[in-house]
Amino acid sequence: MLHAWKPRGVLPGFGITFGYTVMYLSLIVLIPLAALFTKSAAIGWAGFWETVTAPRVIASYKLTFGAALAAALINSFFGFLTAWALVRYRFPGKRVVDAMVDLPFALPTAVSGIALTTIYAQNGWIGKHLAALGIKAAYSPLGVCIALTFIGLPFVVRTLQPALADIDKELEEASASLGASRWKTIRRVILPPLVPPLLTGFALAFARAIGEYGSVVFISGNMPMRTEITSLLIIAKLEQYDVAGATAIAAVMLVISFFLLLVINLLQWWSVRQYQGGHA
Amino acid sequence: MMAAANSTPSQSITGRLGGAAAEPRWVQVLIVMTALLFLASFLFIPLAAVFAEAFRKGMEAYLASFQDGAAVSAIRLTLIVAGIAVPLNLVFGVVASWCLAKFQFPGRSVLITLIDLPFAVSPVISGLVYVLLFGLQGWLGPWLAAHDIEVIFAVPGIVLATLFVTFPFVARELIPLMQEQGTEDEQAAITLGATGLQAFLRVTLPNVKWALLYGVILCNARAMGEFGAVSVVSGHIRGQTNTLPLHVEILYNEYNFVAAFAVASLLTLLAMVTLVLKTIVERRAGLERAATAETTPRGKTRN
Repeated sequence: MLHAWKPRGVLPGFGITFGYTVMYLSLIVLIPLAALFTKSAAIGWAGFWETVTAPRVIASYKLTFGAALAAALINSFFGFLTAWALVRYRFPGKRVVDAMVDLPFALPTAVSGIALTTIYAQNGWIGKHLAALGIKAAYSPLGVCIALTFIGLPFVVRTLQPALADIDKELEEASASLGASRWKTIRRVILPPLVPPLLTGFALAFARAIGEYGSVVFISGNMPMRTEITSLLIIAKLEQYDVAGATAIAAVMLVISFFLLLVINLLQWWSVRQYQGGHA
Repeated sequence: MMAAANSTPSQSITGRLGGAAAEPRWVQVLIVMTALLFLASFLFIPLAAVFAEAFRKGMEAYLASFQDGAAVSAIRLTLIVAGIAVPLNLVFGVVASWCLAKFQFPGRSVLITLIDLPFAVSPVISGLVYVLLFGLQGWLGPWLAAHDIEVIFAVPGIVLATLFVTFPFVARELIPLMQEQGTEDEQAAITLGATGLQAFLRVTLPNVKWALLYGVILCNARAMGEFGAVSVVSGHIRGQTNTLPLHVEILYNEYNFVAAFAVASLLTLLAMVTLVLKTIVERRAGLERAATAETTPRGKTRN
C-alpha cells in the first residue's frame, strides 16, 4: 500500500487543508470538549466525588449500564440471526427488510421514543399482551431496555453482514465433504472468524446505548432511583441550574465513552488483522 | 487465491453437495421467522404506529396539526439549522478528506480518530459542552451577555450543537474511499497542467460522488432529527427555538397525541426518504465499483 504514496509535495493543497481541518475540528469539537474537562476539574475532587457517587446517580448508572448491556446482548443474538438470514437465505421482501435495518439510524430518536412508548404501553398493540402476562413494559426498566435495543439494532447486523458474506463457501464445502456435520461446520469453520465482528457490533451497540437520551425519556417514565437514566439526570441537573453537578456526571460518562471507543478501535483492528491473516 | 474464488461459480459445488453445506429447510424457516418477528416488534410495528396514531382522528385532524403557527416555525427552524450545518460539515468533510487521504504525515491516524469523536459522545453531553462555553456560567457567557449576543437558548446554540453531532458524517464516508483510490490519477492531471482545484473537481470528485452524496444524506437526516443535543441548548421557547423533534416532545407531553404523531410522521417520512436514497446510492456505488473492478486490474485487489 505504502509504495502508492509519492513523497509529499506532488499534490498541492496540503498546508491549507490541514490548517482548515485542525482549526474547524478545534472550534467545533476539541475546545468544547476541553471546556467540559476544565469545568469539572474546577469543581474540586471532594465535590466531584460526592456528586458522581450520590445514591440517585449510582442508581442511574446501574440502570443505564444494566439496560445497555441487556440490550446489546439481545441485539447480538437477534442481530446474528438477522444478518445470517439476510446474507444466506432468500425470502420475500428481503431487500426491504435489509434497508429497514438502518431505520434506527435514520429515524429521529424522539419519534422512535413516542412510537415505542405507544405500542409498549399497557393499552398498546404489544404492551397489552405483555400486560396480560403480568409484564409491565413501558415506564419500567424493561422499557428502557426496549428503547436501547431499538437504538442498537443496526450495529450488530451491519458489522456481521460483510464478515458473513466474506466467508469462503469452499471452506464450508470442504468441511462438509470431509464428513463434518452441518452444526460442526458452523461451529468450527463459520463461527470463529465472526467472533471479532460480533464483539465489535456488541461494543458499538453498548456504547451507543449508554449515551442515548431521546428514545428513552418517553418510555422510561423517569422516576428517580428507578427508571432515570444518566443522560436524563444530567438534563435534570441543568434544569435545576446545577451546572457543576451536570458537568461532573457528564465527565464520568465521557471518560467511559472514550474508553469504549478505544476498546472498539482495538476490536476493529483485531477484526481486520484476522481477516487479512486468513487471506495471506 | 481471491481471484480464483471469484471466478469459480460456487453454486455448482453447493448443488453437488446438496444439503451438506446448508441448514435443513425447517431451520432456515425458523431463523427467518425469528429474525422477522424480532424486526417486527422493534421496527415495523413502531413505524406503523406512528402513522396509525397520526391518522387516528382522520385526515382533517392530521392536516390541522401543521396549520398551527408553532408547527410552521418549527419546520422553518429545522430547515434553517440543517441548511447551515450540512453545508458547513460538507465543506469540512471534503477539505479534511483531501488532507487525510491524499497525504501521509505524522499524527494522521490521531486526527482521523479525533474527527470520529463526536459519534462517541452522548447527545446530551454534546449540547452541554456548548452550555459550558457560551452559557451564563460558561467561559464566554459574561462577555456575550455584555454584548447582548445570545447563543444558548437561541438559534446559534442549536446550530452549534447540530454541527457537533453531524460533524463526522461526510468526512468518514470520503476518507477511506479517497485513500483507496490513491493519488496517481491526480498526479497525472497535475503533470498535464491542471491546477490542484481542477484535479480535485475533474478527477477526485467524480470518483467519490456517491460516497459524498451518501454522507450528505446521513448528515442531513441527523441534522433535522437531532433531539438530545438540541434539547439541552434550545430552551424550548415555542415558536422561536423549537425544532421539529422538540415540537414533537412538547405536543406529546401535552397529551396532544394526534398532533405529536402528525409531526412525527413528517420526520418519519424524512427517515424513509433517507433510507431509499441510501439504498439507491449504495447500489449505484456498488455497480460502478464492480464495473471498475472488471476493467482495471487494480480493482481485483480491492475488497
